[in-house]
Amino acid sequence: MASTIKVKAEVSGDVVEVKSLMLHPMETGTRKDADTGEVVAAHYITQLTFTHNGKLVMVANFSTAVSRDPYFSYKFKGGKVGDTLKVTWVDNTGETDEFETTIE
Amino acid sequence: MHIGRRLFISGGIALAALTAMPRALLAGAWPEKAFSSTAANQAMIDLLGTDKTTPSDKVTMKAPEIAENGAVVPLKIKTSLENVESISIFVEKNPRPLAATVEILPGTLPEFSSRIKMRETSDVVVVVKTDSGLYSTSKEIKVTIGGCGG
Repeated sequence: MASTIKVKAEVSGDVVEVKSLMLHPMETGTRKDADTGEVVAAHYITQLTFTHNGKLVMVANFSTAVSRDPYFSYKFKGGKVGDTLKVTWVDNTGETDEFETTIE
Repeated sequence: MHIGRRLFISGGIALAALTAMPRALLAGAWPEKAFSSTAANQAMIDLLGTDKTTPSDKVTMKAPEIAENGAVVPLKIKTSLENVESISIFVEKNPRPLAATVEILPGTLPEFSSRIKMRETSDVVVVVKTDSGLYSTSKEIKVTIGGCGG
């Protein structure tokens, strides 16, 4: 299965800039299906984490108010070209996905 | 006898490993109570212990004046404050105001960008938690078409 995670991590000086995009519906639990009229159950990423060479560098906790297909970017110090950066998300239904990239 | 002893030793090693695990390996729990709160000040109290914050020009939020589509409102948040522990976003008029809260770990810069949903025109409050207290900035974002579905 194709990954739901796209991530790019680039070093500039001693700072790594991380840009990530997760494919996820981020359903609020209040939206009604246009065809059936039934309320679509809440389904959203609750936690997004990043680990750099095994060390946790970012924890973002989300609600349903983060947009569909969440975009998240940030920066951290201490990374270098070739290091690994692992992205993991978990949602309110217990689904999870992870993806590992190499810092460029 | 020696089986019991071995179990005891391995149990002890596991416990030692667990207690020695640095904070940097464990993500905090998702703050369910604060995320469930229907009022911004109560969500702040649930998340941060108080709704009293100090407005600071060292906290900046880059956001559109008018968001045509409330389903996708881009925000860029940054602070020049030191020893930042977390940054949180509250949308006062959303059904559940706490939109996101981000832990700033050692070595991570206190800034991030994301996109949020807004039901209607509202003040958006960013609260930065540092080791010396809570600092905030606030901005009204006008929404043309609400973004919470319905």
